Amino acid sequence: MEPKPLSAPIWNSSLHPPARPTSAANAGVDDVEIRSVLLARWAGAARSLRRPGFVLAACFIVFVLLAAAVPEWLRRYDPYATSVSEKLLAPSFRHWFGTDQLGRDLYARVICGSTLSVEAALAAVGIALVGGVSLGVLSGFVGGKVDALIMRGVDVLLALPALLLSLAIITAIGFGTMPVAIAVGMGILPGFARTTRAEVLRVKTLPYVEAARLGGASAGRTLLTHVLPNSWGPVAVLATLDFGVAIVAAAGLSFLGFGAAPPAAEWGTLIASGRNFQMTAPWLSLLPGLFVVATVFGLNHIARTMEELWR
Amino acid sequence: MTRYILGRIAQAFLVLWGAYTVAYLILYLLPSDSLTILLTASGVEIDTLSKTDLAKARHYYGLEHGALDQYLRLLWGALHGDFGVSLTKGVSVSSLLAQRFPHTLALAASAVTLSILEGLGFAYLVAALRWVRIRQALQRLPALASSVPVFWSGLLAIQIFAFGLGWLPSSGNEGFAALVLPAWTLSLPSAAIYAQVLLRKFSDVWKEPYITTARAKGLSRAQTQWRHALRNAALPMLTLVGLQVGNTVSGAVLVETVFGRVGLGRLAQEAVLRQDVPVVLAVVAVSAAVFVLVNLLVDLLYPMLDPRIARAQRVG
Repeated sequence: MEPKPLSAPIWNSSLHPPARPTSAANAGVDDVEIRSVLLARWAGAARSLRRPGFVLAACFIVFVLLAAAVPEWLRRYDPYATSVSEKLLAPSFRHWFGTDQLGRDLYARVICGSTLSVEAALAAVGIALVGGVSLGVLSGFVGGKVDALIMRGVDVLLALPALLLSLAIITAIGFGTMPVAIAVGMGILPGFARTTRAEVLRVKTLPYVEAARLGGASAGRTLLTHVLPNSWGPVAVLATLDFGVAIVAAAGLSFLGFGAAPPAAEWGTLIASGRNFQMTAPWLSLLPGLFVVATVFGLNHIARTMEELWR
Repeated sequence: MTRYILGRIAQAFLVLWGAYTVAYLILYLLPSDSLTILLTASGVEIDTLSKTDLAKARHYYGLEHGALDQYLRLLWGALHGDFGVSLTKGVSVSSLLAQRFPHTLALAASAVTLSILEGLGFAYLVAALRWVRIRQALQRLPALASSVPVFWSGLLAIQIFAFGLGWLPSSGNEGFAALVLPAWTLSLPSAAIYAQVLLRKFSDVWKEPYITTARAKGLSRAQTQWRHALRNAALPMLTLVGLQVGNTVSGAVLVETVFGRVGLGRLAQEAVLRQDVPVVLAVVAVSAAVFVLVNLLVDLLYPMLDPRIARAQRVG
């Protein structure tokens, strides 16, 4: 081994092979039904379906995702059809969320807005996931100077308040749904890098990783087949949590006026434009906001249930 | 100990320098043509300018000597408190900052104080409750509160307390009454996090042997809670408060917009809308500085408040 292997710590720790019970001592244990981790997780998932809170949250999130994917299934009115005679109507059976200053059905607009908002949040989490996980894996798996360098970079990014980092990025690349998504993604990326690194550091000292390396697997193979699949649990929980964070952040940025240009409307834009009529028609800003709150709360609830499952 | 303090201070300044550099890279090097952005922000159409005018503009914005030179000059200026001139307002950025900073400071400081009081009070109340049902219901409240975006809770607060009940003004900067709703709105997300962490800490601390000892000595539940549980649970809060300053600064941008207050956050929002690059850079730098300094302070205070840490360091 002239060039130092990438995963030096693994070899170092293999000086102390963990004591494995011999097959004779193991005889009694073998009778126990062996359940794979996957099976246990499915059982856990099935258990969680018995919790009413979780089911409710999951149903609402499915509804939101459906609204984002096929908005025309879930609305009766055209979100862009104006009607002067029906402007600023309070919520009723005909118009669930009321109508806005141009007589457009607010419920249809919220449903339609979910396409852009969910897209932005998904893109943001995607960017953060890809960037953060690669940085985290690089940092945790390679270690040494690379690790130090990446982690100092992450520290610097964490020192910039997330929204202000987003504002700087938006100033540079302009307004719209995608710039907002990129800005939000960059804001939550450091968290992913840290979590992934911590997980990779934990997993790479486990006996089966050592065994794989001793068995002759290359660093890349060990990483892909052993370290990554076993590190992604906490990352998945973080992704679910940060999906909610991304929705709030994207709504905040479009509330500040940096989102898609009208008449297209994201949730944040709807809330912001409803503000002008808050005195006379409070539902215009409050109901789209309530929709955002429900979505985020649902996501947080699911993430917390997942966290319990993975423990 | 001195070494630790000096090292920590040096590290804080390094991080601050890094943050400034990152903000500079994003704002000046990410756009393909920063001159267009700068000129458009100043209200000049780039097509109407002749070659000589363009060269003059390039010189004015310090773009003619390349990025490194520009960066060094900006950094040198920032170190001396000179952040250049606002593109849209035509006044120096430092005077804008000086004018807006006190308003945001008042808002953020009252929000941080309120959030600590709310978080502590709530956790204390829930820990003191003996009725399990209510307790379980209340324990879920912080999680709910932390998923409410500040711009929405702000609008709700305006709707209820300003328009509905008419107790407090819905917007403005003047006086204490105008500060109440914004500060309360801004304090909620942090308070929710403090309450969650404290509740978990309380339940952990109550399992510790020294609690049993305290109870065995004859201290009442309330006394034990106050003297032992609270003190041990409250220390990690300090770190958390430092970290939450970042969220408070972020929240201030939204809250100031919702309540129509004058402040750094509003300044940032307007600057981004008009692509006023020097102002954005300055606000980002100032908020990063506040965040880094508060956390430095927390780290330096920690050994003073927790003798266990100070002693451990002396030994090591």
